[in-house]
Amino acid sequence: MTPSEAPAAMRKQTIYSTPSDREVLITRTFDAPRSLVWAVFTDPKHLPNWHTGPEGTTMPVCEIDLRPGGSWRYVWRNARGREFVATGTYREVDPPKRLVNVMSRNGEEQTNTTTFTEENGRTIVTVSMLFASKASRDQGLPYAKVGTESNYARLDAYLASKS
Amino acid sequence: MPADNLSLAFAALADPTRRAILARLANGECTVGELAKPFAMSGPAVTKHLKVLERAGLVARGRDAQRRPCRLQATPIKKVAEWAEDYRQFWDASYERLDAYLNHLMSEEQDDDAK
Repeated sequence: MTPSEAPAAMRKQTIYSTPSDREVLITRTFDAPRSLVWAVFTDPKHLPNWHTGPEGTTMPVCEIDLRPGGSWRYVWRNARGREFVATGTYREVDPPKRLVNVMSRNGEEQTNTTTFTEENGRTIVTVSMLFASKASRDQGLPYAKVGTESNYARLDAYLASKS
Repeated sequence: MPADNLSLAFAALADPTRRAILARLANGECTVGELAKPFAMSGPAVTKHLKVLERAGLVARGRDAQRRPCRLQATPIKKVAEWAEDYRQFWDASYERLDAYLNHLMSEEQDDDAK
């Protein structure tokens, strides 16, 4: 079945789970071959086109040196102009299957592992974020903050338009 | 709620039978026997699941020594949802956008092939 024939009930669902106290696992299937999905997750010309969370947020900086030991740096800017920075170092780069990077934040390390598995022309992507502590995981930095802050920005704009 | 309790709630919610038990309790309190019926499970098996739910603070048992009715405690569920919501706000939106972006890239590729 091609994607266009898929019934509405098969709308893509993102599955969030917590394999351990310090981890969040996000699983999603995409109707595209693995080589292309790998490219949109690792190429700075693609990432700012989608990796921006809620409406109104942009990604003005996306620097990627895709090799073990190479570094990356993302900056998001929400509708209110507030910026969020995420930066880290690649530990494993195994195209088009597996990508591991480590972020350092307030002296704590966060390990992000992304895997790409092809199945019948579709690609299953898992993003695992392993935090140094449960408390860090529950704070959800940096993604959760980009998301919530952006939504607050939208709420601010909405409230301003009403007053 | 401390993160420890949050983990207990997540673990308790990971099991489909326990989620079904909670769904049943959302309609009102009931006894272990009443809970066991629709699940075709023994009383002890249901009691085991209830203990996990109790430890996670999702279910409370009444004082009535004979019936000990089970009651849903919704606060931890709300906490789980709030916690996960922080992640969803970023990833759901990003991935929906990525679906459309991948389609766009693939149709461009087809156009190139056709040339």
